[in-house]
Amino acid sequence: MERTRKQKILIIDDSELNRAILADMLGDEYDIIEAENGLQGVAVLQRQSTDISLVLLDIVMPEMDGFGVLSVMKQNQWIEDIPVIMISAESGSSHVERAYDLGVTDFISRPFDALIVHRRVVNTILLYAKQKKLVGMVADQIYEKEQRSSLMIDILSHIVEFRNGESGLHVLHVRTITELLLKHLVQKTDQYSLTAADISMIGTASALHDIGKISIAENILNKPGKLTDEEFAIMKTHAQVGADMLENLPIHQNEPLVKVAYTICRWHHERYDGRGYPDGLVGDAIPIGAQIVALADVYDALTSKRVYKPPFSHETAVQMIVDGKCGVFNPLVLECLTDISDQIKDELSHNAALQRDQREMRNIAQEMHRHEELTASERTLQLLEHERMKYSFFAAMTQEIQFEYTLSPSMVTLSTWGANNLGLDEIIMDPHQNEKVQELMNEHDRKGLSDALRSTHPEHPEITYDCQLTLHGQKRWFQIIARAIWSAEEPPRYTGAIGKAIDTHESRMRLDALERMASHDSLTGLLNHAYAKKRILERMDSRSGSHFALAIFDLDHFKSANDSYGHSFGDRVLIHVAEKLRQSIRGGDIAARAGGDEFLIFLEYKDELLPIISRIFSSLCGVFEDFRISISMGIAQTEIVGGNYDALFHAADQALYTVKRSQRGQFRFYDYSMQNTLSTITPIDSGEDASRAAAPAPAGDQQQK
Amino acid sequence: MTIQECYAAMGSDYEEVLGRLRSPRIIQKFILKFLDDGSYRQLEESLAAENYPEAFRAAHTIKGVCQNLNLSRLGASSAALADALRSGQWNDAAAPLVAQVREDYQITAAAIRAFREANPG
Repeated sequence: MERTRKQKILIIDDSELNRAILADMLGDEYDIIEAENGLQGVAVLQRQSTDISLVLLDIVMPEMDGFGVLSVMKQNQWIEDIPVIMISAESGSSHVERAYDLGVTDFISRPFDALIVHRRVVNTILLYAKQKKLVGMVADQIYEKEQRSSLMIDILSHIVEFRNGESGLHVLHVRTITELLLKHLVQKTDQYSLTAADISMIGTASALHDIGKISIAENILNKPGKLTDEEFAIMKTHAQVGADMLENLPIHQNEPLVKVAYTICRWHHERYDGRGYPDGLVGDAIPIGAQIVALADVYDALTSKRVYKPPFSHETAVQMIVDGKCGVFNPLVLECLTDISDQIKDELSHNAALQRDQREMRNIAQEMHRHEELTASERTLQLLEHERMKYSFFAAMTQEIQFEYTLSPSMVTLSTWGANNLGLDEIIMDPHQNEKVQELMNEHDRKGLSDALRSTHPEHPEITYDCQLTLHGQKRWFQIIARAIWSAEEPPRYTGAIGKAIDTHESRMRLDALERMASHDSLTGLLNHAYAKKRILERMDSRSGSHFALAIFDLDHFKSANDSYGHSFGDRVLIHVAEKLRQSIRGGDIAARAGGDEFLIFLEYKDELLPIISRIFSSLCGVFEDFRISISMGIAQTEIVGGNYDALFHAADQALYTVKRSQRGQFRFYDYSMQNTLSTITPIDSGEDASRAAAPAPAGDQQQK
Repeated sequence: MTIQECYAAMGSDYEEVLGRLRSPRIIQKFILKFLDDGSYRQLEESLAAENYPEAFRAAHTIKGVCQNLNLSRLGASSAALADALRSGQWNDAAAPLVAQVREDYQITAAAIRAFREANPG
């Protein structure tokens, strides 16, 4: 427990010897944490600020000096809870003054007297502990006072109900419905300027709506049958009587709560059309709080059992109110009722259970007080400390790059493992200006990540961001999963983020390799036919209206090369041709190995196709290790055959066949005369011209269309 | 050699430091640690590298340590050097002060080594 644990002192000094002397002097009574420069000190504070009882701080240090530490402590408001004693050989009055300005509790100059250091440390810690305890006591008292005054209101209104023979839940129900309706109303319209505090006050005041009933004689109040006109007139006075009671309070008349309660007592039986009582106010002349309480009052009366009626169901009650069976209400308020009808039903059934819970909670709380003598704020601190411990334990266990970013002060904190892995410090001030960070993540991604976080919404603050980080000089893929932190105020403000970076490099590379394998020919590295087709279709689709040509070629006498020099030589010929092909095509062209010794080229052209084809054709021919490379090529144009890929391919194939039939080592463009020729493409690997079906071939070499 | 004699050899006042730190054990423990303290080496290294802001910090640290242990000779010369280098720039005033610090460090370190040899363990 807290009491048996030593309090912690953080010593921030760049001299190991100085730290050791201080630690030696204080180590028997306190746990000592040492930091050798300001940045490390801030890191310790960042991790466990609630756990540090005192900071002993040097001024002149590398990385971040003592004044830098004080600035960060001030920005984070740590300085309000953690006392700082500055110890320095700098004793110039400007230093001392600046230190006090930044919030240090004490200034000890070197050389120090051990007794004085010890005494001041003990005193400061005691003083702060006392102050913390006082703050805790005040907070608890305010909480208790609040609890007590709402308890008083509950008791008071319960007395009224008790006399009325009601269940005791009526006040609670009216209050719940009132607050739900008001909360929804302000979301729907800004017509009534109501703050959260106003809503809460109207809710509290709603409990008093029927206090005037204590002036009504019991025989009228609890009469089972219908009231006579005279009796009803007396009954109606409860609104005015309640208001008068509040108006004539000897004290507290000017309390906002009393003023609000007055309007509710007086006007909770008014109706929007002016037919209510006692004043017959019309429309928004009735304060919105009273309008809402009136509706809540009617709803709960309908759904409760009375001496003169059974309870109606939730649905019936809402329908009756909307239908105007209980008088006319503000249409906007009625809309609110129907909008959140389900929610009201849920909350009310839940409320009864809640009450029991609250009673139990009170018992538990009393027990805890008896045994632990801890105040509520101390318990909160303990919970916080527990959470912090849990977090740092798990953070250390998982080998993850976890980070926390705060906008002001601009600072990144990394998990220990993460910092080691990335080669960064655990605490980085001004990360955007930090060279190591700049090296790790380029400006584009830093901005991209920041933009992604800023464009989140407080209700959906999570993002994932894929980017390459430069780790030890090498680019690796990471996925960053982060959650933006938005402040609780209205409108919410972006204050930073937490998250982790996951190294996805290996899996991404595997995926890339698989994709590459599926799309590329393993021998030549060119695209395979299926993937080339996909790319060609995309190209034709995105640039319809352009002129495209598809060329198919194969190597003449390739089979004989295979036969005489062996298959591995054949493979090398194919690799050589593929390389030549790669060099001869233009950037946007698509080249692929269609199978065997057949290749295809897809290209876009503007005016003249012949010079382009001629250039490619001649660059492919040549000699490779005594083997003369000769090719035959057929070309089809979308201008002739249209934009259908299969038709284009077929036409190019027919043109190639025509070349093979007449004279090899040439290229020809497809024209309609070739329409009835057969295909060269099957069988791909035969290379045996004789096996190709014979067909009539038109004459003509190297014709352009 | 006693700790008193060691302080006398360094030209320093043992009674002063005992008055402040109030424990012969602490004084003895940390006077021995002084030999392992990296600040002096850091001063020499930063001077060699002409990194004067770093040299200022090192001199300043030596000054602080000396003040704590009342190593008054070295404390005085390192304080003077720190003041000279406070701007982070080299200047003519610094040169003789560096020489003084070196001399004082040797005297101080020699006295402490002698003390250590006389009190092994």
